[in-house]
Amino acid sequence: MGSYLIRRLLQAILVILVVSFLVFVLMRMLPGDPIEMLISSSMLTDYTPEMMDALRHEKGLDQPIGVQYLRWLGQMGRGDFGTSIMQNYNIRNEIKDRVVVTMMIGFAAWLIGLIVGVLLGIICAIRRGKLIDNIVSVLANIGLTAPSFWIAILLVYLFVMKLHVLPLYGYTLPWVDFGKSLKQSIMPILVTALGPIATTTRQTRSSVLEVLNEDYVRTAWSKGLNEKKVVMKHVLKNALMPIVTLQGTMLRMIIGGSVVVETIFVIPGMGSMLTKSMLSHDYPVVQAVTVIMTAVVVLSNLLVDILYAWIDPRIQYS
Amino acid sequence: MSRLLTVEGLTTEFKTERGIVRAVNNISYTVDSGEIVGVVGESGCGKSVSQMSIMGLIPSPPGKVVAGTAIFGNTDLLKLKKESKEMCEIRGNRISMIFQEPMTSLNPALTVNKQMSEMLLEHKSISKKEARERVIDMLRQVGIPDPESRADDYPHQMSGGMRQRVMVGMAMICDPALIIADEATTALDATIQAQLLEMMNNLVREHHTAMVMVTHNLGIVARYADRINVMYAGSIIESGTVKEIWANPLHPYTESLIHCVPQLGQKVEAIPGMPPSLINRPPTCPFLPRCKYRQKCCFEDPVQELTLVEGTHSTMCALRSGGAKNEQ
Repeated sequence: MGSYLIRRLLQAILVILVVSFLVFVLMRMLPGDPIEMLISSSMLTDYTPEMMDALRHEKGLDQPIGVQYLRWLGQMGRGDFGTSIMQNYNIRNEIKDRVVVTMMIGFAAWLIGLIVGVLLGIICAIRRGKLIDNIVSVLANIGLTAPSFWIAILLVYLFVMKLHVLPLYGYTLPWVDFGKSLKQSIMPILVTALGPIATTTRQTRSSVLEVLNEDYVRTAWSKGLNEKKVVMKHVLKNALMPIVTLQGTMLRMIIGGSVVVETIFVIPGMGSMLTKSMLSHDYPVVQAVTVIMTAVVVLSNLLVDILYAWIDPRIQYS
Repeated sequence: MSRLLTVEGLTTEFKTERGIVRAVNNISYTVDSGEIVGVVGESGCGKSVSQMSIMGLIPSPPGKVVAGTAIFGNTDLLKLKKESKEMCEIRGNRISMIFQEPMTSLNPALTVNKQMSEMLLEHKSISKKEARERVIDMLRQVGIPDPESRADDYPHQMSGGMRQRVMVGMAMICDPALIIADEATTALDATIQAQLLEMMNNLVREHHTAMVMVTHNLGIVARYADRINVMYAGSIIESGTVKEIWANPLHPYTESLIHCVPQLGQKVEAIPGMPPSLINRPPTCPFLPRCKYRQKCCFEDPVQELTLVEGTHSTMCALRSGGAKNEQ
């Protein structure tokens, strides 16, 4: 197990390195230039080409791309994420604040998706073909196919414009003002959780259905266990594998979704930071955010693999 | 000996795309306490389905018990719902079952101890620790070496024979009145099969447990059972003690079946033809198309029920029951 973990961690670092390099190069291949963006946004018209070159030199953007990458990598290795080209803030401090916001919403959405999805999936499977199964299956398909921004707009229309019960935008941390935080988070969490709920429901339904036909479930019935015990003790643990696998993907979905949701509801999280920095070609910010998101996804996949061994005793790592 | 189970007119049907399959057709039999009853017949003749019907384990839909009663104690098992509390109290506790597939019948995610003690905790009021002790004792009785450490094994760490021993132990652990062994040893090789049967026989005799032994192997039944029910195409076509049936098989199917038991130096005689489709079955004897003794009266005046011939020996064959016997 120990050597397996070390091997997987080394692999994870390799993946993060490759992603960071690709992002680094691709960003610089995009048309547009951060220095020009900076000047146009600062509305200074009397910038001479010499002054622009000086600025470029100051930000280190006149170096060959390889040198730039290695220099940035060294910086990252020391835990220094650099400063924003556009707004001159310290990226590390900014991320520290924003990561909490994204995690609060993302984690809540993931938890809701997991609990609601698994419960609905089990209900559908054991009441297969009944009314409840049909209703939930249709809803799950809608939840899966409807774009999140569209759902967000509908929610805003209903709760903000018509019913006036929820605030339109913004975010407050729960320990600052819990009531306000709750009201502000309901819609973003709901929109983010919709995909995970739908996907988890469908996956749970199909894997529970599969396990229900297994011989050992018949054995469980023959022991005189009631339906609840048969499902909870004998079916669920065996049906869990594909559901856990899915959770790795789910996290990716939630992180990707945060980009859209945080932009719509004007939430100061990682997602909106990424969009803003992408649009303004703020290279170091984009790089820092992508590296962190990649790390979260890679490590969560590792966690999923470790969980396998706990669920299925037949799996052993060496 | 007291009567344990009385089954009357049990009929089970399955809905399929091609029509309604009557897998079990109006069968009646009894089981007394402490006796071993063999149920023999070829694949698809309704042996397993009849036993599953009694346990309320028929997958429904598509299966359904459409008629009959199965009186166990004072309850009619066929009236109880699969999930009902009464049924759950009987299942595993008063009647338990051993299934055919040792490789897939145990839950791969739970240890042997968990799967066995679960039954004790469900049906008896004892602590987890006591349950574990009972499990280890049971494992020893079914011949698992080093049961203290083996109890914490997962099924995949055991061989097929050991898993089936665990299944037997599981069926015995609540000390039920009746065990239904559905092809319990079929999937195992001959040596292990013999060991396991010997062990099962000793155990049920020792605990005075009744057993219904479902198998397609007439040899096994002849060795261990007290009475035999021969099934063909969903019906019991002959019933009697082992001696009666072995010495004087009445139904032509039983006769052919006995000829199919391999004997040293003799050629095995196969039964020509195939068993009939169970959809839209004709009212005549189901064995008629394959029967070498068939006569005009078989077509004109078919027998629908077991007729007692002598002693406890009864058959469904029109020619061999009653007056028609001498006409062959």
